[in-house]
Amino acid sequence: MTEPIARNGAEPIVRMRDIEKHFGNIIALAGVSFDVRPGECHCLLGDNGAGKSTFIKTMSGVHKPTKGEILFEGRTMDFSSPRDAMEAGIATVFQDLAMIPLMSVTRNFFMGREPTVGRGPFKRMDVERMNEITMAQMREMGINLRAPDQAVGTLSGGERQTVAIARAVHFGAKVLILDEPTSALGVRQTSNVLATIDKVRRQGVGVVFISHNVRHALAVGDRFTVLNRGKTLGTATRGEITPEELQDMMAGGQEMATLEGSLGGTV
Amino acid sequence: MTDVSANDAADERLGKESLGARLMKRPELGAIAGVVLVTIFFLVTADPAMFTLSGVINFMTPAAQLGILAIGAAMLMIGGEFDLSIGSMVAFAGLFFAAMTVTFGLPLILAIPMTFVFAAMVGSLNGFIVIKSGLPSFIVTLAFLFILRGLSLVGLKYATGGSTQLRGVRDATENDPLAPFFSGDAFGGLFRWLAANDYVETFKNGTPKVPGIPVEIIWFVIIALVATWVLLRTPAGNWIFAAGGDTNAATNSGVPVRRVKISLFMVTAACAAMVAIITVMDAGSTDSRRGFQKEFEAIIAAVIGGCLLTGGYGSAIGAFFGSIIFGMVVIGLTYTDFDQDWFQVFLGGMLLLAVLFNNAIRKRVTGER
Repeated sequence: MTEPIARNGAEPIVRMRDIEKHFGNIIALAGVSFDVRPGECHCLLGDNGAGKSTFIKTMSGVHKPTKGEILFEGRTMDFSSPRDAMEAGIATVFQDLAMIPLMSVTRNFFMGREPTVGRGPFKRMDVERMNEITMAQMREMGINLRAPDQAVGTLSGGERQTVAIARAVHFGAKVLILDEPTSALGVRQTSNVLATIDKVRRQGVGVVFISHNVRHALAVGDRFTVLNRGKTLGTATRGEITPEELQDMMAGGQEMATLEGSLGGTV
Repeated sequence: MTDVSANDAADERLGKESLGARLMKRPELGAIAGVVLVTIFFLVTADPAMFTLSGVINFMTPAAQLGILAIGAAMLMIGGEFDLSIGSMVAFAGLFFAAMTVTFGLPLILAIPMTFVFAAMVGSLNGFIVIKSGLPSFIVTLAFLFILRGLSLVGLKYATGGSTQLRGVRDATENDPLAPFFSGDAFGGLFRWLAANDYVETFKNGTPKVPGIPVEIIWFVIIALVATWVLLRTPAGNWIFAAGGDTNAATNSGVPVRRVKISLFMVTAACAAMVAIITVMDAGSTDSRRGFQKEFEAIIAAVIGGCLLTGGYGSAIGAFFGSIIFGMVVIGLTYTDFDQDWFQVFLGGMLLLAVLFNNAIRKRVTGER
């Protein structure tokens, strides 16, 4: 557990320092430090109740930290709403994905940010361009839509996740926060989403991948930070740590080892 | 998009979509199929006079009066809300309009915009209460159904000194330059010319049997086209579908959901004001029963037109055809040997069929099983 060396010497896009968040007398975060650099996938691991959700909500502007500071591209930021964070370039794909099943992929893709042509009362959506962009972006991510007017409801969970990720990247996300993107997916769909994460990373986006599944994290992660009881236990770079060590840290060590022994090492 | 299909060989499990399957996904399909069925029904059972020009105008007039309301109701339903007060709104806006023209003697150029603004304000009040309280719009607008109907009664009695009818609108507006846009028939000259050249049926004295197209039909078509354009081609349309589909997802994507919904309530109320202005000028008076139960008929037309009660799906063109079905059935039965009161049975049956059909469609669209 050493402080990792910056990948390619790049400065972090977002750096969170000693973040604390209290809800009344409940301390949800008790000093968390975390950063993400362009083109890396930084996994945030932790069991249920470790504070993962509170932490990403702080990062995406939903919550204000009680203590600590957030630096975005070197400057101190004070996000007062998710909109602020989004405009700065921090996009969050929450588990509900912000997708509407009855609407077409194109309409979902551009929801709230429709490109227009024409003026005054004749201002209208540039439907052709919207369709073209959607088809192209989906193809790039490896999803072949039958038609851009295909309803999102007809896509699989993994495909929806990919649409949400592609949408965030298309609208200029520099940091992409993914909240347990693989937790409800099957094996095949999970690997598709992990492949999508890899593609996004190659485009220079910093990815924050929240998960409690060590295997999924190790498949794409460059660095791993473990959160336990509102505190960061440390950060490791790829190759420095084994799945077993990560698993133990997430669960708080000893008791998990005992449990794992009794289950024959399958957890 | 033709080159796309060439690269599309990736997933062999995606079957080719047939034309039928593609059509099934259009929300207005059910209403168009309904129009065809009802037309066939009346072609078989009704007097052929129903499908002459004057017969068509006959059933299109009530269809248009309902349709203007139904298109507003459909947009609001797509946006995820209901307005049960639009029928009462017709009476209330009618009272306001009649009071402006008769009691205060204002010209139409003032009275008409004032009526629209007034109705939109009441609509925004509806919307504001729904949004702020988070209560279902069903219950809030149900309250306004009674409030507005009661206010119309009280207001009429106050304005007339005890009567529930306010007369004299025709005398007050007859010679107004704006009157031809909101009452009577359009294209009178064209029809006289057609009659003179024997293209249309005439009475013995040479005047055409159909003196022109009633203005409400023209407005009905214009409003249907504008609403369709807004829904399908503008960002506002996308926001309406999004607001109705999932408020939370829409908000998180930056859609101004509150503004969209309140605007929709205002548009719906303005549609009611439109119907009020046209029918009050047509009748020359207003009374407290104007627009009675129109809210239900408008919602039925919207549902026949493919709107889901849960919001997020539907079309204005669907509501357009839904209203035409309505007009055809109401008027068409008088051309047949059936008892006219079958109309209600017919309407209820259509509604039930439409809801079942829409539900099946929704499952297809969302891929739900």
